[in-house]
Amino acid sequence: MGNIPTTVKHCLSYEQLMEDHPWLRRWLQEEKIITEHKYPEFVKIVEVGPRDGLQNEKEVVPTRVKIQLIDMLSETGLSVIEATSFVSSKWVPQMADHTDVLQGIQRAPHVQYPVLTPNMQGFQDAVAAGATEVAVFGYVSCVLGCPYEGHVEPSKVAEVAKRLYDMGCYEISLGDTIGIGTPGSMFKMLQSVMKDVPVHALAVHCHDTYGQALPNILTALQMGVSVVDSAVAGLGGCPYAEGSSGNVSTEDVLYMLHGMGIETGVNLTKVIEAGDFICNALCRKTNSKVAQAKGRTL
Amino acid sequence: MAALMRLVNRRTLRPAMGQQYLTFSSAAKVKAGVVKAVHALPEKVKIVEVGPRDGLQNEKTIVPTEAKINLIDMLSESGLPVIEATSFVSPKWVPQMADQMEVMKGISKKPGVSYPVLTPNLKGFQAAVKAGASEVAIFGAASELFSKKNINCSVDESLQRFDEVMKAAKEAAVPVRGYVSCVVGCPYEGKVAPEKVAHVAKRLYSMGCYEISLGDTIGVGTPGSMSEMLEAVTKEVPVSALAVHCHDTYGQALANILVALQMGISVVDSSVAGLGGCPYAQGASGNVATEDVVYMLHGLGIQTGVDLTKLMDAGAFICRTLNRKTNSKVAQATCKL
Repeated sequence: MGNIPTTVKHCLSYEQLMEDHPWLRRWLQEEKIITEHKYPEFVKIVEVGPRDGLQNEKEVVPTRVKIQLIDMLSETGLSVIEATSFVSSKWVPQMADHTDVLQGIQRAPHVQYPVLTPNMQGFQDAVAAGATEVAVFGYVSCVLGCPYEGHVEPSKVAEVAKRLYDMGCYEISLGDTIGIGTPGSMFKMLQSVMKDVPVHALAVHCHDTYGQALPNILTALQMGVSVVDSAVAGLGGCPYAEGSSGNVSTEDVLYMLHGMGIETGVNLTKVIEAGDFICNALCRKTNSKVAQAKGRTL
Repeated sequence: MAALMRLVNRRTLRPAMGQQYLTFSSAAKVKAGVVKAVHALPEKVKIVEVGPRDGLQNEKTIVPTEAKINLIDMLSESGLPVIEATSFVSPKWVPQMADQMEVMKGISKKPGVSYPVLTPNLKGFQAAVKAGASEVAIFGAASELFSKKNINCSVDESLQRFDEVMKAAKEAAVPVRGYVSCVVGCPYEGKVAPEKVAHVAKRLYSMGCYEISLGDTIGVGTPGSMSEMLEAVTKEVPVSALAVHCHDTYGQALANILVALQMGISVVDSSVAGLGGCPYAQGASGNVATEDVVYMLHGLGIQTGVDLTKLMDAGAFICRTLNRKTNSKVAQATCKL
C-alpha cells in the first residue's frame, strides 16, 4: 500500500488511477464493475416477416406472393423462417391460407419453417400440412410493457418464460410487444429471466415502435443472447399505435451485426431484394432504413 | 485495500445498467470484446440540440425567420442545455441560414442555456460576435476527399484557416466547439481510418476547442466501427471532451450512441424531430431524433434535464411549419396510442 500518497493525489482522476494502477483495473474487472463486452460469434436470425409481419399488415397478401416471399427468403441464408400461423381464419384472416402456403413453399435444406399453433386443432392441422416444427407459443408477449397494464414486472416475465421452458419449448422468444422497452428495462428483464432459463434458450423479439429496437438487441447480445427475431422490411405495424412501426427490420439488424463482426450466414443484399419484392406487392415503403439508404445512395 | 476503495468515488462508478453482469453460460460462444466499456454509464448526459442549424440547413424547405425563432424559444423551454442556433456562413452557400443575424437577435436566450453558432472563418466569427454569439463552432473532416469536395482544400489547410478564428475567439474569451465529419465512413473515400479521426480530433483539441463532436456524417457506422474509432480517439483526447453526432441513415444511431456511452462519452448531438436529411442519400434520414435519444437515456435512468413532452411540442411545431412528418419514432408512437 506504499503508493497511497500518489493515489490520493490522483483520486480525483479516474482515468489516471486506472493508468497508474493496472492491478486495480484487473481487480475491478473481476468485480464486474468495469465490463468488457463480449458478443456471440454467431447470431441466429429468426425471420418472422411472413407470419408476424404479414399478420399485422392491413393488406391481405395473395397466397402465391407469400410463397414467393418465403422462397426468396429461403435463398438468403436465413436458417429459420416463420412461415404461417394455424390459427382460426375467423380471427386472423391474413393467415387463412396456411395449408396452401406450407405446402406451396420450396423448402430449402438446412432451413426450418416453424408455424404458430395456438391449440391442439391448430397443431394437428399444421402437422397434417407438413409442418416439422411448431411454435407452441414459445413466445412471451409484453415483456417490457403492456398497452393495458403499463409496467410489467421482470419477475412475471421470468415466471412465464420458465413455465414455457419447463413445458418443453426449446427456445423462448421474449417480445417487447409495444416496443416501449429501452436498454435499461431490457437489461433488468433479461437479468431476471436468465436466473431461470439458460441464455442459449432465449431469443429477443424487439419492436421498433419507439426506435429502441437496435439498442435493445445490442443490450441482449451483451448479455449473451444469440437469437434475434426480426421481419424483412420491418413488416407488421403496431396494432396498438395506429400507423406506427412494429417489428424491427431484418436488414437493419443484419447491418448492425455484420458491422460488429458477428456472423449470421445471411446475405443482406438478397434480404433487401426480398424486402423490395414484398413492399411492391403491398404497395408500401419499406420500414428498413438500410434498404431506404441503399436504394438512394449516390 | 478498503482505504483505496474509499478513495474511488463509488457514486461516479455506477456499474453499467445499474447492476453487475452475470457470468455468461459456458454454452455461449463468445469472442473477445468488440467494445471495451472502460467507464460505467454516465449519470448525466448533455444533449446538444442541432435541429435549428444542422437540421434546418439540410431541409429542402426554407423556414421563415419567426418560425426559427419560435422553434429555438420552444427548445429553450424544454430544458435543453445547448441549442445550436444558426450558422454564419455566406448565404450564397447556405441560403437556409441567410437570416443568421435576425435569428441571433430575435431569440429569447434562457439563462444557463448555450447558443453556439457555426463560424467557418474569421469574417463569420466577427459577424457572430457582433450578433451576440457567446460560443462558436468550427469543423474539419477526417477524410481528405470529403474536405476537398466540400470546401476545396486539404484537412490540414482547413484547420490552418481556423487558426485565426481560434486566435480571435481566445482574445474574446469565446469558447469554441470542434466538429469532425466522416469519422467512420466517407461518401467518397469509403472507410475512414480511426487514426486519421484521432489526428484531426487531437488537432482541434490542441488548437483550443473545449469539446470535439465526432460525426458519422453518412450514418454508416455500427457499434463495431464506432467503438474502434472511439478507442483510437480517446487515446489522444480525454473522453470528457468528446461528443458523438450520429446519423440515423442506416438506423444505427441509437445503438452507436449506446456504445459511445458505454465508452464514457456523455455528450450527444441530436436534432428535434430528426430534422435534416442526408445530403448523400436522397430521401434517406440524417440526424438522429432528439426525442428518441432522450427516451432511451431516460429509460436508462440517465438524467438529461430535458422535458420530453415539451420537446415533442417543439418537434410537432417545426414539422407543421415544414409540412412534413416527424422522423422521431417516439413522437409518431406517442401521438397515436
